[in-house]
Amino acid sequence: MFSELQLGSSLILISFFAITIVIVDALFQKNKTVGFSYALFGFILTAVASAINLYQAPSLIIPLNSENLITKGMIVFGGYSSFFDILFCMGAILTMFASREYLKREYHEYTEFYSLLIFSVSGMMFIGHANNMLMIFVGIELMSIPFYILAGFIRTNFKSIEASLKYFLLGSFATGFLLYGIAMIYGATGSLGFTEISKSIASGINSTTILVIGIGLIIVGLSFKVAAFPFHQWAPDVYHGSPTIVTGFMSTAGKAAAILAFMIIARNLMPEKIVSGKFNFDTHTLQNIIAWISAGTMLVGNITALVQKNVKRMLAYSSVAHAGYLLMGIVANSQLGWQGITFYATAYLFMQIGAFVIVGLIERGEENNLNIEDYAGLSKSHPMLAAMMAMFMLSLAGIPPMAGFFGKYYLFAAAIKSGFTWLTIVAVIATIISMYFYISLIIQMYFKDRTEKELEIKTGLGLISLIICTIGVLLFGVFPSLLLDLTRQCFQLLG
Amino acid sequence: MFQSVSLEYFLILAAVLFSIGSIGVLTRRNAIIIFMSIELMLNSVNLTLVSFASFLGDSAGMIFVFFVMAVAASEAAVGLAIVLALFRQKQTVNVDEVNIMKW
Repeated sequence: MFSELQLGSSLILISFFAITIVIVDALFQKNKTVGFSYALFGFILTAVASAINLYQAPSLIIPLNSENLITKGMIVFGGYSSFFDILFCMGAILTMFASREYLKREYHEYTEFYSLLIFSVSGMMFIGHANNMLMIFVGIELMSIPFYILAGFIRTNFKSIEASLKYFLLGSFATGFLLYGIAMIYGATGSLGFTEISKSIASGINSTTILVIGIGLIIVGLSFKVAAFPFHQWAPDVYHGSPTIVTGFMSTAGKAAAILAFMIIARNLMPEKIVSGKFNFDTHTLQNIIAWISAGTMLVGNITALVQKNVKRMLAYSSVAHAGYLLMGIVANSQLGWQGITFYATAYLFMQIGAFVIVGLIERGEENNLNIEDYAGLSKSHPMLAAMMAMFMLSLAGIPPMAGFFGKYYLFAAAIKSGFTWLTIVAVIATIISMYFYISLIIQMYFKDRTEKELEIKTGLGLISLIICTIGVLLFGVFPSLLLDLTRQCFQLLG
Repeated sequence: MFQSVSLEYFLILAAVLFSIGSIGVLTRRNAIIIFMSIELMLNSVNLTLVSFASFLGDSAGMIFVFFVMAVAASEAAVGLAIVLALFRQKQTVNVDEVNIMKW
């Protein structure tokens, strides 16, 4: 027997900390360490609670007889939802360690930063647990609204404000599309719950036009949120203008959450068994459309990243490309594909946050030390940082034995197994293109000499997150089975 | 005899409002007016939800509308704060002048 209270404890805990940290901030305005430690404690406690839940319920629990439950079947427990809870908390913890030094250096250490992080993580966790369109919508908004503020956190820097405004306008524009899609699907299927929606799609429904319009609008809205081609234009500007630490968090945990929302919706819109009835919704068309989006995303992301001179912008475009790889798992629409997404999202979180932490350490003030040339000779002055950066770059490029390689491998294998060989060929070509700019950064660090005077780099707590990222990238690269066994159970159903 | 207004009319009205909203977002250059157009889009969604809920005889859609309203309100608070921060920096709310980042 499972108790609802215990399985929901991670959600309750994060909500509790999100609300109380506002009061803690108000009480201890002078001492910033209090707010920092309180937020950190909250994340660690939530991660531990989720880990206990994952241990007790390694497979997904979708409550079927939900009348006597307080959540009324709107929330799923255990399995992938608990796994992603841990992942999001991990991302936030890594970001927090690195943000302390960064914010101090930019003279913007306000404890609101940490409370906004908690709020956005609670939104991500609601997405992971959602079994209802309403939960998905509330989760996406709870995640995005703190992101709009975080993007403009350094409000004396015009780039930051510009990023915030662009993100806000395009993000809420996308919300409009997403909502309209949800409303149309509600009208066509008569329900907001995913279980009922996939049941009525599988058995055929009357109002096909409304359903097709709804699915189209939802795909537009979600493509905006994950920054997929052709709706990726906002991503480079927003990721470039935001504070580097925030970019690291948005482009990993935020992207993983958006992909998770896409995955949950897509897997319910494409049920496996379709009973031939009044209307058979053609799931293959939907799969093909997402496949085209995925192919376009990785090609456009990687090709535009080639010409970038600014490292932050290059990583922003590469993060667009990585969204394309992640979409392959949704295209596959199988257990293997979802497993691949989970694995790749984990690997991607470690390597991308690590890379952005290093960019944040080297960056100085507004737009200084962000060009690729500024990384020349880093291996001589800071051999440790250079070695870590090289490792993250190799992992992003997908070179064994880093975690990124296995993530890509599982996604490609899943796509081939579902009959999307052409998509895999495109993905391999995109990966080969991406090697060029990842490797060129390594060449700068190891084989070029620095002409200007050397940088003084104070890592502080950021070193902890760099070490965790390095361990993550290596551990899951050398022993991928550790993570794979966990993810295999995550998507199985438990009564 | 009375004949009630059928569902299609509500949906068409909502679609027209949604189109006006999205055209407004794409063509207007004043940040505040873009923001108002987005609110118009959200309200057209509310109309769609309420009419579906009423014709399906299901209350879930109406509950949804409350959530949309709450989210729209919080978005308005954040959005106006961002526009204010922009105005303090550059004395403008024209989005065309907010383009220092180019690839």
